[in-house]
Amino acid sequence: MSIPRPKPEKFRLRRTMMFMNAQKPSLIKDAYIYGADSIMLDLEDAVAENQKDSARFSLYHALKEIDYGDTEVIVRINGLDTPHWKEDIRVCVAGGCDGIRIAKTESANDVKTVDAAVTEAEKEFGVEVGRTLLMAAVESPKGVLNAYEICTASPRLFGVAISGGDYRKCMQVKVIPGGIEMLAARGNLLIAARAAGVQCFDTVFTNLNDDDGFRAEVKQNIEMGFDGKSLINPRQVNIVHEMMAPTQKEIAEAEKIVRAFREHAKEGVGVFTLDNGKMIDIAFVPGAERVIKLAKASGIYEGDL
Amino acid sequence: MELKAVGTAGTLESSDVMITIEPAQAGGIDLTLESSVINQYGRQIKAEVLASLERLGVKNAKVIVNDHGALDCTIKARVDCAYYRACQCDVDGTYPWGGAIR
Amino acid sequence: MKNSVGREIPEEALNIKLANGRKYEPYQGKGYRDGKYIKKQGPTTKIYENPSESKIVPSIRDAIIKTGLKDGMTVSFHHHFRNGDYIVNMVMKEIVELGIKDITIAASSLGDAHDPVAEYIEQGIVTGIQTSGIRGKMGDVVSHGKLKTPAILRSHGGRVRAVEEGDVHIDVAFIGAPTSDEYGNARALGGKGDCGVLSYAVVDSEYADKVVVITDTLVDYPNFPASIHGINVDYVVVVDEIGNPKKIASAAARMTQNPRDLMMAENVAKIMTATPWFKDGFSFQTGAGGPSLAVNRFLEPLMVERNIKMAWAIGGITGSICELKEKGLVGKIIDVQDFDTNAIDDIRNNKNHYEMTASEYANPANKGAFVNKLDFVVLAALEVDTDFNVNVITGSDGVLRGAPGGHPDTAEGAKCCIIVTPLVRGRMATICEHVVTVTTPGDCVDVVVTDYGLAVNPKRQDIIDCLDKAGVKHVKIEELKEKAYSMVGRPDDLQWKDKVVAILEARDGTILDVVREIKPYEDK
Repeated sequence: MSIPRPKPEKFRLRRTMMFMNAQKPSLIKDAYIYGADSIMLDLEDAVAENQKDSARFSLYHALKEIDYGDTEVIVRINGLDTPHWKEDIRVCVAGGCDGIRIAKTESANDVKTVDAAVTEAEKEFGVEVGRTLLMAAVESPKGVLNAYEICTASPRLFGVAISGGDYRKCMQVKVIPGGIEMLAARGNLLIAARAAGVQCFDTVFTNLNDDDGFRAEVKQNIEMGFDGKSLINPRQVNIVHEMMAPTQKEIAEAEKIVRAFREHAKEGVGVFTLDNGKMIDIAFVPGAERVIKLAKASGIYEGDL
Repeated sequence: MELKAVGTAGTLESSDVMITIEPAQAGGIDLTLESSVINQYGRQIKAEVLASLERLGVKNAKVIVNDHGALDCTIKARVDCAYYRACQCDVDGTYPWGGAIR
Repeated sequence: MKNSVGREIPEEALNIKLANGRKYEPYQGKGYRDGKYIKKQGPTTKIYENPSESKIVPSIRDAIIKTGLKDGMTVSFHHHFRNGDYIVNMVMKEIVELGIKDITIAASSLGDAHDPVAEYIEQGIVTGIQTSGIRGKMGDVVSHGKLKTPAILRSHGGRVRAVEEGDVHIDVAFIGAPTSDEYGNARALGGKGDCGVLSYAVVDSEYADKVVVITDTLVDYPNFPASIHGINVDYVVVVDEIGNPKKIASAAARMTQNPRDLMMAENVAKIMTATPWFKDGFSFQTGAGGPSLAVNRFLEPLMVERNIKMAWAIGGITGSICELKEKGLVGKIIDVQDFDTNAIDDIRNNKNHYEMTASEYANPANKGAFVNKLDFVVLAALEVDTDFNVNVITGSDGVLRGAPGGHPDTAEGAKCCIIVTPLVRGRMATICEHVVTVTTPGDCVDVVVTDYGLAVNPKRQDIIDCLDKAGVKHVKIEELKEKAYSMVGRPDDLQWKDKVVAILEARDGTILDVVREIKPYEDK
């Protein structure tokens, strides 16, 4: 039995990316039920050094036999400074995961190294070359400084994520409410990602007892422009989705823009004004479409667009 | 490949299965099965373990299965892992994904 | 003969002799005996005019001798001390040492604390078991056919009915009590090991021919307000300890952190709010298990948001519902059992928390129990089948390991009965084609909530309409079953021997199902 998975979509909604230890049968069997947009099966930190082999077997058969449905399945592989990453890539590609998260990315070269190994594995296992997507986790000051070259290193790369644990260690700072210690890294990564036209994801929030702190961080993420967040607990999924859901007013506005643009486009008109006097051109359309998409994913869209 | 030592994989946690494979010279597969769901799934667990051993090419071995309600994909994964450990394969070697492992 | 939940009830079970001569019938659907009359079968009691006579006896053994307990008689116990109970084992040890045999134990429930009884069953000394719960070694030996007569399993309400109607006649009731005075007025508070209430034991005290109160804390007369009244008590025994206080009441029943449980609990609360009964003054019961207990946590904000209050909560009580009461969100708690120290502290110290008897709680054969007035009940299950029948007694190995408790009583009584359970546990499909044993009939179950979605009993079109209107998605229960089987595979049928080892009584005293002796797994 092998569950066919559709071709991964490079730019899809990724509000929530939830980590799961690839080695734990009770977790991976149905990690999708909490509704995260992406699940991240972890071969790296969650797996003990002497269980790296076991985790790969577990991952392979899970990818082949568990129906994850619409949930994107990404695998976090071990770092390029370990002996594990090459075989990690082979099992990811052979199993048919949607994407690979590169840990501790510091340069474009890291991405290219993984890209080449993925291409080789795709050829080996008869997978369409280019099918497997990549994302890069930036976990060090060097990675932050090289953010733009990382973001543009491979056509497979759909996004970058800042990873706070190691970055804070390098910077000799601890977690500060309000996130001042991460502000520069978050900002730099976001700017690089937007410049390169890829997505950008924020780091995990680890204090599960601090609901208010989590909400405050998600609010800041949204305001800064992040596409989504890495999560460690399924309880966090709904909170992010609720907070990212557009308001009814935003939805109505977006609907108006999309409809009006379509009408005007038929007549060959590119710039027009809405009934509220707002001047609209094609630049507004992707944003409006994103609002509709978010509304649909949040289960609050009742229109017909 | 040849079984060289005792290989064990898996845990005794719920939804997992612990599999031990011990080399034997002859006598086929000597399978001992314990399971928390033996009355309803004993037959299917046994069949899955034997099928996995067959695709891995194991002819003679003593195999101990201690199951706590693992799904088929977990049973396969643990048999594979116990087998390659028993063969003393390099942890980061090149494995036959989609071949003997399927 | 097949009963109305499709279970074959063998002649062997229908021919079992009940103490009052009543003949068993197969289950006929809910409300079958509604409106019929029964005559209560009172006890033989002693006239007690002599003021100088003392009820205090020096030991349990002396009390047993004084009661005249003989071969073939029935003794009873309650289970308020749960896993901390010493009473059953202390009394049974003396009975066995006195050489009395052919004993039937009619307890409100039995559990892991009572493993020694399994040995008395194997030795043929205990020949009958009537209880709500059966677990541990006892469940094992009964399932393997070691008990001479089939065990009779009843709900809490069904037990009171059976005692009052005389299906079972209790010769001697042994009632452990945290405090008692010399005349047997007993309470569940103020002792070394408090259990909060003594609700299940009240019917025993009123219907047994002889009643022995066993306590470790003798207090001044009159020990009032009393749960067990001295007017019904023959003897009082003081022992060192009636139980392990730590196990009688565990620390606060812990609120689950399991995200799966929390997700299901949140969905249960959402369903409740979509029905017309979620309004100011509603009534509620929930279990102490992970997802059921967690429903309390999600109800709170919804009640606050809509500015409504719960009028009353009943059942096995935990600290979590007491907390809601203290916050002013629950009017009254009417208590039949306490599951944690916080609940016991609450009934001891706070207002609007009252004890009731098991009859008031759930007896179908009185003139209207609390369960009849219940709006919502949230319950757990080991298995639910596509006819919504629930099993809470037999595991996937066919062995007895559970307790119907108040499940069938509240399920029938409540306007909306919600079962909450994960779709699969390990490799066990919780939503299945046929439950191993029917303990609560499907005609009493309204909604099943799993981690993969929820299903509504098609008999409850009213609830379906409410959920559709509120935009709460639901699926056919068959879909949940298929999803479960697609994950774990279709189970092989359990293999049974012919011998009936247990009877599952419906609360009205008809037979819902039987459990047969399990055949050990054979490697073919």
